[in-house]
Amino acid sequence: MAEELNPMAKTLGESLRQSGVSRRGFLKFCSATASMMALPPTMVSAVADSLEKAKRPSVIWLSFQECTGCTESLTRSHSPTVENLIFDYVSLDYHHTLQVASGNAAEAAREAAMHDNEGNYLVVVDGSIPLGNPGFSTIAGISNLQMLEETVAGAAAVVAVGSCAAFGGLPHAKPNPTGAVSVSEIVKDKPVVNVSGCPPIPTVITGVLAHFLTFGSLPELDSLGRPMVFFGKSIHDRCYRRPFYDKGLFAETFDDEGARKGWCLFRLGCKGPMTYNACATTKWNQGASWPVEAGHGCLGCSEPDFWDTGGFYNALSIPDSDVIRNAAYVAGAGVALGAAAGALNRRKQSKAASEHETVTIDDLDKRS
Amino acid sequence: MQKLQDIAVRVEAKESSESTVDHANAKPVMHEVLHALKRLKERGEVTTIDLKSMPFGPGDEEALLSYLGCGEVTIELQSLGKSRICETFYPGVWLVDHYNATGDRIALSIEINRVPEIVRSQTEDISHAITRLEQQLNPDSTA
Repeated sequence: MAEELNPMAKTLGESLRQSGVSRRGFLKFCSATASMMALPPTMVSAVADSLEKAKRPSVIWLSFQECTGCTESLTRSHSPTVENLIFDYVSLDYHHTLQVASGNAAEAAREAAMHDNEGNYLVVVDGSIPLGNPGFSTIAGISNLQMLEETVAGAAAVVAVGSCAAFGGLPHAKPNPTGAVSVSEIVKDKPVVNVSGCPPIPTVITGVLAHFLTFGSLPELDSLGRPMVFFGKSIHDRCYRRPFYDKGLFAETFDDEGARKGWCLFRLGCKGPMTYNACATTKWNQGASWPVEAGHGCLGCSEPDFWDTGGFYNALSIPDSDVIRNAAYVAGAGVALGAAAGALNRRKQSKAASEHETVTIDDLDKRS
Repeated sequence: MQKLQDIAVRVEAKESSESTVDHANAKPVMHEVLHALKRLKERGEVTTIDLKSMPFGPGDEEALLSYLGCGEVTIELQSLGKSRICETFYPGVWLVDHYNATGDRIALSIEINRVPEIVRSQTEDISHAITRLEQQLNPDSTA
């Protein structure tokens, strides 16, 4: 391939300068990138130094048992826009929904990207992989399992986008008719980053890709393989309604005084204490709002098996409000209580998971 | 099932003009700004606070921006979209607001500095300017 035709040959600094972007513009781009990666602003100059020399990695995006919600989320990313992402951050060489090529030409693009970037490309996967029968989900006659194994073989790393790829998600929910599994249950010899959520926050997807572009490495991960910068704190810990939890002020129904005053939604089934994600700070739709701000509890969509943890409107444990009122005056008590509630919830979660409680519309009416 | 229009909807008037939200998350940022401003005066230390990483509730950001207000200087930067940079009501405290080419906000921060870093002419751009000026003044020498 001629060098001038190969976008991989140019560094990001070179290509931005060539398009007439000033150093000031580049620094602005770096500030936005650092903010997107949830890095402290003091890191902007380090980001600038690395981005100057960075080369756009080739990305192959595989979609298995999924609903395309993760791609929908990504294409609604505004900082950067998906165009920025494709032109500035990565070379997206294969993506069913976004690519122009189809049929044999599409598969040829995937094979060419794998061949040209052997050992250096990123594989992004959304959707779970059915092991029950290879015929449950195929692309170009190739089973999901075979395509994953074949594509991952020469990859630098794999990013499992969405709760289906990260933990099995909806297809994995009981009784798991297709025998769906997550990416990390199959890929054992490559680093796997889980960007969970149903769907994941768009800037978290782009943040992980930007991290790989900027530093050539993957971000620090938690015990479930999720990037710590985005999944290091629970929704509850960063919730702006947290002071109401600490004071024992809860909404009991969706239209009572507490709901109108914006009190804590814990008793209405909010899974914030056991859910780790960045919704409370990053928010959704260009930072417009997020579920708790819209008045609905967190569903816990970035945690494993969130479909099987009982009703979304069941409070997983009811805190003793007197205890909370008293404890709220003790510094740090809220954190301990939050942790205790999280532990209780997890126990109840696993119980509900094993019993798989069925909820009817009438039940929901009674509860609300 | 009832039709949607059969459900009685009663619009409730606001109880009072006072908001029920106490903007609890804006005040701590103001304290952070105060400490940073003291460090700038005493040690010349520059601080940047990324407002996009704050767990703000409804109205918190607006409350913070209205506490800070707008001071004597406003700068508009046109590079990869617009940026609005203004010195707040408190000299030394700047609001740096970046937008992309389609007008979406991509970063919002408070910079505690004498002049925000991005406003200064950058060394690379100065070098580029020298080359361009030389080319313009001596068009024959570059052929």
